[in-house]
Amino acid sequence: MVPMQYYLLVSTFMMFVGVFGFFTRRNLLTILISVELVLNAVDINFAVFNRYLYPEHLEGMFFSVFSIGLSAVEAAVAIAIIIVVYRNLENIRVTGLNKLKD
Amino acid sequence: MEQYSITLLVLLLPLAAFLFLGLFGNRFKPLTAGLIATIEMAATTVIAYFTAFKYFTSDRLADGTFATCIPFDHVWLPFGKTLTFNMGILLDPISVMMLIVITTVSLMVHVYSLGYMKGEKGFQRYFAFLSLFTMSMLGLVVATNIFQMYLFWELVGVSSYLLIGFYYTKPSAIAASKKAFIVTRFADLGFLIGILIYGYYVGSYSFEYSVHIKAIAAAGTVIPLALGLMIIGGAGKSAMFPFHLWLPDAMEGPTPVSALIHAATMVVAGVYLIARLFPLFIGYAPDVLHIAGYVGAFTALFAAVIACVQTDIKRVLAFSTISQIGFMIVALGVSTSTDPHHGGLGYMASMFHLFTHAMFKALLFLGAGAVIHAVHSNEMKDMGGLRKYMRVTHFTFLIACLAIAGIPPFSGFFSKDEILVATFMFSPVMGYLMTFIAGLTAFYMFRLYYNIFWAKPCELKAGHDGHVHTPHEAPAVMTVPLVILAALTCVVGYIVPFGKFISSDGSAYHIHIDLKVAVTSIVVAVIGIGIARVMYRGASRKIADGLERNFGLLYRAAVKRFYIDEIYQFITHKIIFALISKPVAWFDRHVVDAFFDGLAWIAHVAAAKIKGLQSGNVQSYAVVFLWGIIAIMAALLFITFGVFWLL
Amino acid sequence: MNISLDTVIFVVLALVIIVFSVLTVTTTRILRAATYLLFVLFAAAGIYFQLNYSFLGAVQLMVYVGGIIVLYVFSILLTSSRNMDDRTVKVPQSRFWTGLISAAVGFVICAFLILKNTFKEQVFEYGEVKMDVIGKNILGMDKFQYLLPFELMGLLLLACVIGAIVIARKR
Repeated sequence: MVPMQYYLLVSTFMMFVGVFGFFTRRNLLTILISVELVLNAVDINFAVFNRYLYPEHLEGMFFSVFSIGLSAVEAAVAIAIIIVVYRNLENIRVTGLNKLKD
Repeated sequence: MEQYSITLLVLLLPLAAFLFLGLFGNRFKPLTAGLIATIEMAATTVIAYFTAFKYFTSDRLADGTFATCIPFDHVWLPFGKTLTFNMGILLDPISVMMLIVITTVSLMVHVYSLGYMKGEKGFQRYFAFLSLFTMSMLGLVVATNIFQMYLFWELVGVSSYLLIGFYYTKPSAIAASKKAFIVTRFADLGFLIGILIYGYYVGSYSFEYSVHIKAIAAAGTVIPLALGLMIIGGAGKSAMFPFHLWLPDAMEGPTPVSALIHAATMVVAGVYLIARLFPLFIGYAPDVLHIAGYVGAFTALFAAVIACVQTDIKRVLAFSTISQIGFMIVALGVSTSTDPHHGGLGYMASMFHLFTHAMFKALLFLGAGAVIHAVHSNEMKDMGGLRKYMRVTHFTFLIACLAIAGIPPFSGFFSKDEILVATFMFSPVMGYLMTFIAGLTAFYMFRLYYNIFWAKPCELKAGHDGHVHTPHEAPAVMTVPLVILAALTCVVGYIVPFGKFISSDGSAYHIHIDLKVAVTSIVVAVIGIGIARVMYRGASRKIADGLERNFGLLYRAAVKRFYIDEIYQFITHKIIFALISKPVAWFDRHVVDAFFDGLAWIAHVAAAKIKGLQSGNVQSYAVVFLWGIIAIMAALLFITFGVFWLL
Repeated sequence: MNISLDTVIFVVLALVIIVFSVLTVTTTRILRAATYLLFVLFAAAGIYFQLNYSFLGAVQLMVYVGGIIVLYVFSILLTSSRNMDDRTVKVPQSRFWTGLISAAVGFVICAFLILKNTFKEQVFEYGEVKMDVIGKNILGMDKFQYLLPFELMGLLLLACVIGAIVIARKR
């Protein structure tokens, strides 16, 4: 059995890599990909906690399932928005998206 | 008590008129606004007369005094258990008398102003201010306690500031209004400190001394201090030396205002204050009272000398006012007891003189206003020979001059005579001095009179419209008040048995004329008039010019008002401004301001830096968000594990 | 320390996750980023399998790998042009370091917490969760049963799909 902490460390690393990506990327799609990393890290945490600490229930697992569903939803809507933005601006760079500001 | 409820209207009517005209005055035609104020004033006058009639015809108490009535006394601000700040109305002989004086003169001035101020810009504003002034002055005299008096005292100061500075486009008027306000305000500081000391030690501001007699006695030595400080405030308002210098400059205001403020009402506030506090002075601080008397005597002399050489007729009247108020203060100052038969005569004499002086001085100012109206100048050299053109003004002015000079049977004779009797009772030196000043008064008043109405025939100047215009009599709306006041001046002296109503202990006192003093003063006055006649009646001014040459130094000093203004200038500019204000200003600018500039600079720079955060860039926001979380977590870790959690 | 198969599999999965997640956020080409993300998601699914949550792993593979990644790839291909890559847009140095330091500090604090914290006793039961248990739990209304969230999720999916169509359709 692998101690739980190792899993948690891996997921934490994954999460902060996602955060780093969120901070530094310039393209809307890559930012979204970074967000997927963060979400996945959280999912792993749920599953790990459930398995190691409360094996008699399935809450963590269901949370992960719902979270995956949410990710799908989020991705669908975000990509729809991105496509509209691209259609209007021919550009999906974050620095170019300041039309609402004006 | 309830029978005097109507007296409240005396305050409320002018206040209502002020608010009404101040807010809506410009919606009316000027004349309508003026008429509203005048009718309101007439109503106020009627109520005041009604109150006075009822008060003085009511039954006297067993000891022969009139009951002091307090129809209203509303606790406004409680300071402590006993120390409260009340607003109310107090009626006793002197306040009722002041009601009559103020409303009468104010009504005359209102009527007169309808003519005098005709066509002036801000006519409505003028009447609004007049109403405000009347209200504050009436509030001052009916105050039930010294704090209410102080409140209205300052209101009087404000409204006089507004009125003196009525021609606010004229720099000299602005300067004069500021001077009046600052000088009296400066003196009022003493008044306020005195009030606070008095309130602290006695525990009450009320004028009903008998209730607090124990506390007053216990306060002991601070009472003279408090009273002395209060007198400083009174000296400021009453233009006593060395605070006299605002009054001549205040003549920059419209002439009716001078008549109202600087003759009859505001300047006697100081006298009234001393009279109000009279029992305290006699009981606990007679020395302070005497000092005030000496100052009053000096001021009377000083102002009379200056009045002899001034050429601006309004300034002559201003200095004459100062001198006459000096008389009143002297009369109070020489009092040694509250018994009118033994040393308390001065109180009655002072109030009597206040009463008569208000009438004839208002008459003089209004007459001077009519003259100025006719020749469009304040200077004597532009006048002369006016008696042919302005008969009514001439006649009424003459009556007023005779009254102030102390010629029987005009009112001034009686009151001045009482003052002289009182001073002779105090000390013969003082008595002779005051008699001399009375002669001086006669001299300068008739110098004024002859210069205006006699002397050289009036030079007919070409007006700016090209054709020569002769001086003409003022319209009826201006002459009627003159005639009324002249009639009053003739009769109030002996028709009204003044002493019966007002005396130092409240009981009736029969004025009897001390023949020796009376004759002396009449003789001195006649001599004064005679000298003036010889010097100024004719067209040539040989004697006068000769005197001016021979007493060059004295003459020039007097013309310059003994350089008091210059001394003030020197003290304020060279000493206070240069030595105190400038370093303070430097400190303010370079240290205090710099500190706040620094704060502003920090805020500015910080804002410029923080502005970057509000870029609209979600990624930047996310960084800050993360750091917020990190900070919270670090704080929680710190709480959980302490400082050494890293180790 | 005896090395079990579990450990070996975990190390492999962990390395895949670490390496490919870093590559995902550092590569300059978007399509490659999506591909690396695919590997990370595979590894995550592997972890679920290792934890004996086969159902979760299957969902992960189907929804993420089969759905979302495909969606990404499509949208990348739809929006990509030559100058769209991050290659043409240099990330400013300051932003790069800010992000790196922030993430590093956050990671250090979380890692510290994970290592410092004493969890309750860990147990690991081998053996698959029975499918009927999952089914009963997800469609039951008792305690620890999740019909309502499940239905809400379905509703949300429907709403968002309709929303996405409405947003993205050509006008």
